[in-house]
Amino acid sequence: MGKHVLVIEDEPNIIEAISFILMRDGWTVDTHSNGHDALDAVAARAPDLVILDVMLPGRSGYDILTDLRAAPETRDLPVLMLTARGQAKDRELAERLGASRFMTKPFSNAEVLDALRALVPS
Amino acid sequence: MASLNVLIVVCLLYVALLFAVAFMAERAALMGQGGWLRSPVVYTLSLSIYCTAWTFYGAVGYAARSGLEYLTIYIGPTLVMVGWWWGLRKLVRIGRTQRITSVADLISSRYGKSNTLAVFVTALAVIGTTPYIALQLQSVTLSFASFASADPNSSVPADSRSTALWVAVGLALFTILFGTRNLDANERHHGVVMAIALEAVVKLFALLAVGVFVVWGVGGGIGETLARIDTSEIGEWQMNGGRWAGLTMLSAAAFLTLPRMFQVLVVENEDEQHLRTASWAFPTYLMLMSLFVVPIAVVGLEVLPAGSNPDQFVLTVPLSQGQDKLAMLSFLGGFSSATSMVIVAAIALSTMVSNHVVMPIWLRLAGGGAAMAGDVRHVVLVARRVSIAVILVLGYLYYRVSGGGTALAAIGLVSFAGVAQFLPALMGGIFWRGATRVGALAGLSMGFVIWCYSLLLPSFGEGILMSEALMTQGPWGIAWLRPQALFGISGMDPLVHAVLWSLLLNTSAFILGSLASFPHPLERLQGAQFVNVFDHSGNPQSWSGGIAQSEDLMIMAQRMMGAAQAQALFQAEAARQGLGGYLPEPTPEFLQRLERELSGSVGAATAHAMVSQIMGAATVSVEDLLAVADETAQMMEYSSQLEAKSAELTRTAGQLREANEKLTQLSVQKDAFLSQISHELRTPMTSIRAFSEILRDAPDLSAQELSKYASIIHDEALRLTRLLDDLLDLSVLESGQVSLNMRDGVLSGVIDHAVAAAGVEGAGLIIRRDRLRENVPLHTDLDRLAQVFINLIANAQKYCDAPVPVLSIEVSRRGDDLVVDFVDNGTGIPSQAQALVFEKFSRVSDGQAGGAGLGLAICREIMMRLGGAITYLPGQGGAAFRLSLPARVALAAQ
Repeated sequence: MGKHVLVIEDEPNIIEAISFILMRDGWTVDTHSNGHDALDAVAARAPDLVILDVMLPGRSGYDILTDLRAAPETRDLPVLMLTARGQAKDRELAERLGASRFMTKPFSNAEVLDALRALVPS
Repeated sequence: MASLNVLIVVCLLYVALLFAVAFMAERAALMGQGGWLRSPVVYTLSLSIYCTAWTFYGAVGYAARSGLEYLTIYIGPTLVMVGWWWGLRKLVRIGRTQRITSVADLISSRYGKSNTLAVFVTALAVIGTTPYIALQLQSVTLSFASFASADPNSSVPADSRSTALWVAVGLALFTILFGTRNLDANERHHGVVMAIALEAVVKLFALLAVGVFVVWGVGGGIGETLARIDTSEIGEWQMNGGRWAGLTMLSAAAFLTLPRMFQVLVVENEDEQHLRTASWAFPTYLMLMSLFVVPIAVVGLEVLPAGSNPDQFVLTVPLSQGQDKLAMLSFLGGFSSATSMVIVAAIALSTMVSNHVVMPIWLRLAGGGAAMAGDVRHVVLVARRVSIAVILVLGYLYYRVSGGGTALAAIGLVSFAGVAQFLPALMGGIFWRGATRVGALAGLSMGFVIWCYSLLLPSFGEGILMSEALMTQGPWGIAWLRPQALFGISGMDPLVHAVLWSLLLNTSAFILGSLASFPHPLERLQGAQFVNVFDHSGNPQSWSGGIAQSEDLMIMAQRMMGAAQAQALFQAEAARQGLGGYLPEPTPEFLQRLERELSGSVGAATAHAMVSQIMGAATVSVEDLLAVADETAQMMEYSSQLEAKSAELTRTAGQLREANEKLTQLSVQKDAFLSQISHELRTPMTSIRAFSEILRDAPDLSAQELSKYASIIHDEALRLTRLLDDLLDLSVLESGQVSLNMRDGVLSGVIDHAVAAAGVEGAGLIIRRDRLRENVPLHTDLDRLAQVFINLIANAQKYCDAPVPVLSIEVSRRGDDLVVDFVDNGTGIPSQAQALVFEKFSRVSDGQAGGAGLGLAICREIMMRLGGAITYLPGQGGAAFRLSLPARVALAAQ
């Protein structure tokens, strides 16, 4: 069984694309599509890695990341942040809040896989 | 032999003559024919009240007792008139420009209009003058007595007390009649001045006549008389240098500070130029008055029995020689001297008492409301009259109490020394700007105390008011406080001692007090005006009244109010007075009005000061005033410019701040918009890229997968296109560059088209309509209106969460507006989000419905372009939007 990744993203087509790519690469993929209970989802699924969208309905990805970094269990959890708002200040904010990796949409599938492999060495 | 009855008749006739002269002078002055009243000769003669009965009779007595020392009494004033006429001119100028009414007024006015000082000076003047008045009464009484004793028909000696009383009453009547006749602001009394001028002539003529008689009738010619003088004791009198200097100085000081002298010198002065004449004429008068004093004294001592009162020689020498008519003339001379002094002194003192004591008290008691002109005038007159009566009563009482003894002889000099205490405050006041009220009060108090202690009280004689022990050993045995040997300096003449110490300590206290205190603003202002009176005032003679004043006023007003306004004011007033042109008479009403107008620009006080300066013979020159006015005008202009500039700056700053805020807001909005656009564009592109890479990189996809992913790419591409279309559309609408395609149509047709375009048929959304109501003709851009309808139907389709979604389209008329409501049966939009639904990229629901959030923003823009509006209609159950179109759109087609 491969490493376990949780994708928190609200756009169905993007969820489908990421799931397809990761599963083909041998990852176990869970998805979650809103910000409200994203933290619960992380706690319940206990993934090896999280792919986190910034603009989520209910709660912003930045807020979720802040909470993840504040909790001892998830302080070191690798988080790859994805955002469609590709400005420099978004990247800075993400890095300051402790994102392991930050990628702007649209992304290259290969890059995402490379990044994930780098974050979670098998 | 001389008849007492004849004397009384002559005396009464003389008094009647004085009344007549005074009356005629008053009438002439009243009728404006008083030119001859204002001659320098009259002024000079009026100064002769310096020569009282004390001088007329007493000088001979003085000479008989002390030799030539009597001359000091004449030398002092002579020195002042000849050597110090420029100082007198300054005093007179100040008196005129400041409208000074008395020496008390001058001192109080100079030191910040201090009434304390005025009261103090008044008290001192009354105390100093009362004995002097008693002296005059005594001399008249004595001369009566001399006549009575020489009259064999008069078996009963004249009652000296009743004589004094009748004289006092008569003088009081005369003074009241002519001294309080008019209440002129300048306090000038033409009748009185004329009467005393006549008396001056009479007394000089009388003394000269007696002198001529004595030298040529008794003495046997000039040579003989000189020989007699040489052999008499008088020729051998030693001159006491200190006493001479002291007395000369004292008489000079008294000449300036005696209330009656101040009255005739300054207050009654008509023209400064008269001083020029008086400066030589008055010393000449004094010289003539003193010319025969020594011969009369010498001859008197020779021809009259030993023990005769030398004070009566002027009268008794002619009497003893059987010259009744000459004696009578001599009597009239003495009578003139006494009466003129008493009259002027009473006027001067009553002015001081009423102005500085009675009026302040009355005004305080009566309160502010009583300051009615008529009221005050009446009260002032009554106060003057009562004061005159009281002063004469005081003089009479003093005469009675002191017993008319020889002690009175020294009283003249005691009085001189008393009023001489005004000198430091007076001189300092007009020559030293640093002099202050505190200094003046300190000096006057000090001088007064020393004068009382070392001269006045001892003058009553040892053991009367001051015990013998106190005089010889000092109070409580302190030797250096002995009244006539202060600070251990004994052996001096008591008078010189008192004058020296009182004036020395007075001056020292005055200077120290002035240096140690800081003057009030009013004091400083007055000080400057007094000391620099010649800088500030033009020659009063060159100053003409009436129209010239009006012109000055107008020049000033123009600078203060602006030319047009001032000219209008002056012209209107001139017209009101029945005059042409711009220069009205400066009537009190007009001045008040002008003051009110001016006070608008400079404040009431300044306006009052300026107007009264111009009207009041200008203590500040017109040029100075105009400079102030110019300055004010410039300052006002400058300040209004500054104000305008400041307002402009504030406005500009406000605009800039607003613009800046707008820009900041725009910048924030632009950032947010770009961020939103980026998000909206990148999201579909992410799917497209991800799936196209999958299609490219995964060769093993099933046909189902291939088809699905290709569809996703296709849908997302369409979504992108829609988004771009919306963005462009919104941009065009917002920029106002949209061109509307106005056509005629019917509302129902537009809705039909929208429903069809939204693809509702068979999609689950039920639409309820009332076609009858929709039958409204329109003239508008039908496509744009349809676009709005499509958006609203699509929204209902996307967001209505009811199990059986229903959209009702209701058409109605509200006033002139055509109203179309779109109401669905879903949960609607939360109230906090209702305000935002029309903003770009605002998404209310969390759910993903594919829209970029531009639809309602576009709807709002379209409705605005069509002249209508779209609003959210709360409280309808579900989401409800109301469109309204103006009547002209709906009615245009009809």
